[in-house]
Amino acid sequence: MMRLLRVVGQNSLATVAGLGDFATFALRAATAAPATRHLGRRWIRAVHEQGVRCLPVVMIVGLFAGLVLGLQGYYVLARFGSAGVLGTFVSLTLTRELAPVLGALIIVGQAGSAIAAEIGIHRNSEQIDALTTMGIDPLGYLVTPRLLAALIAFPILTVAFTMVGLAGGYLSGSLLLGLDGGVYWSAVHAAVRVADVRECLSKALVFGLITIAICCHSGFTAHQRAGVSGSRAVSVSTTRGVVLASVATLAADYMITSFLV
Amino acid sequence: MIGASLPPILEVSGLRKQFGEHVVLDSVNLVVPRGSIISVLGRSGIGKSVFLKCLAGLLTPDAGEVRFENGRPGRFRRRCSYLFQGNALFDSLTALENVALPLEQTTRFGRREIAQTARDALKSLGLDKFADHFPAQMSGGMQKRLALARALVTRPELVLFDEPTAGLDPPGRNAVFEMIVRDRQRFDFTAVIVTHDVPEALAASDRVALLEEGRIRFEGTAAEFAASDDCIVRSFGDNIVTLRTSLDK
Repeated sequence: MMRLLRVVGQNSLATVAGLGDFATFALRAATAAPATRHLGRRWIRAVHEQGVRCLPVVMIVGLFAGLVLGLQGYYVLARFGSAGVLGTFVSLTLTRELAPVLGALIIVGQAGSAIAAEIGIHRNSEQIDALTTMGIDPLGYLVTPRLLAALIAFPILTVAFTMVGLAGGYLSGSLLLGLDGGVYWSAVHAAVRVADVRECLSKALVFGLITIAICCHSGFTAHQRAGVSGSRAVSVSTTRGVVLASVATLAADYMITSFLV
Repeated sequence: MIGASLPPILEVSGLRKQFGEHVVLDSVNLVVPRGSIISVLGRSGIGKSVFLKCLAGLLTPDAGEVRFENGRPGRFRRRCSYLFQGNALFDSLTALENVALPLEQTTRFGRREIAQTARDALKSLGLDKFADHFPAQMSGGMQKRLALARALVTRPELVLFDEPTAGLDPPGRNAVFEMIVRDRQRFDFTAVIVTHDVPEALAASDRVALLEEGRIRFEGTAAEFAASDDCIVRSFGDNIVTLRTSLDK
């Protein structure tokens, strides 16, 4: 019993210490922007890394999500004679939940893993120490541009996901199953309010900041992984970053939704 | 040769560092005269790199003091450079971009001036033809020179070398020490070299220190090192004789 209590206590303390370390890391990275030189160039590169490179996958997933929503929604709604509100169903599901959550998970899978691995390799090969000895703030150089890029990339990709998803819903609901296109698009137009768009973009912003900060932190602390070192530490850090960022996305989604609904 | 009479650029007193129960540095005291080359010798794993990282501010000592000549470590450390054992070059940047990086991030030079200064630094170390090469496309010796070019491009006053000859063959080791001595004359910096290449260090350094059991066991000139009666110092100076004696036994 005492051993169990000790293990629980130690793990709880480690979790609290880890959260504190992460919060300090994120805060320091966020406030490093004014002192970072040539931030613009690195920011553009980070926007390309998170935005442009993830856009095709986001659009493909968005299209299939919309297609599936259109199919499932049509058959369920048709049972109750409400196929006409398919546009409402697809648009609200996408705008309020699926686009920000799935979009964030896709970006984490593609860009987040790359970020964690790249920073982990920087740590592994002493490049982060080299930055410090050159008088360059590693957080400002490696993390700040990526956090700022998330503020742009996540909302834009979420909007792209929503647009393509709505088109997917139209394809399956109207073109394949025969619902009138005008009915579908007028339902979309009537359903989506400014508050829904605000919720969608707020979620995208929060998910972007949280997930990119987690992935950066995971790579940055690759040398602190217990029991592993070298390339194994990089791979463990990358996996850890992606898993934590994905879980954090879903947890944050629940919290934001419970506040906004 | 530059002796201990010159004013110190760096003074280390009572430096202590331990990891868990393992005490790596117990009480290290060392004075580094301005403009000198001082080599810190010692067996592998004795804590030489830990000592150097404490000087560079990469590790925080548990006790003791690292005092720079103006007494303000933060500001002085910006005038220090560090040459890492594994070079720590950015593998996704070209040679020119690697050398330009500290100038881009720490100076207010324009783009052209940065590129020209970086090219000059590469040229001074015979790497001007490899400006567009990535570190992985260069040999070990060239990477070492590239790392040195990056360390010297900001004209530092103190350069810390962590095992600069690790993994190099004897001619390569000689070339690196020759480069350090020549560049010291040209760029007027003070060098602290951590190494276990005893003959090269004795030939190239103004002063030599031997780190043993967490303390500086010997500190003096190369001649004093060679003439020392201390058995540990002698085992370093006469390592071939020591090996032969061990084999004869």
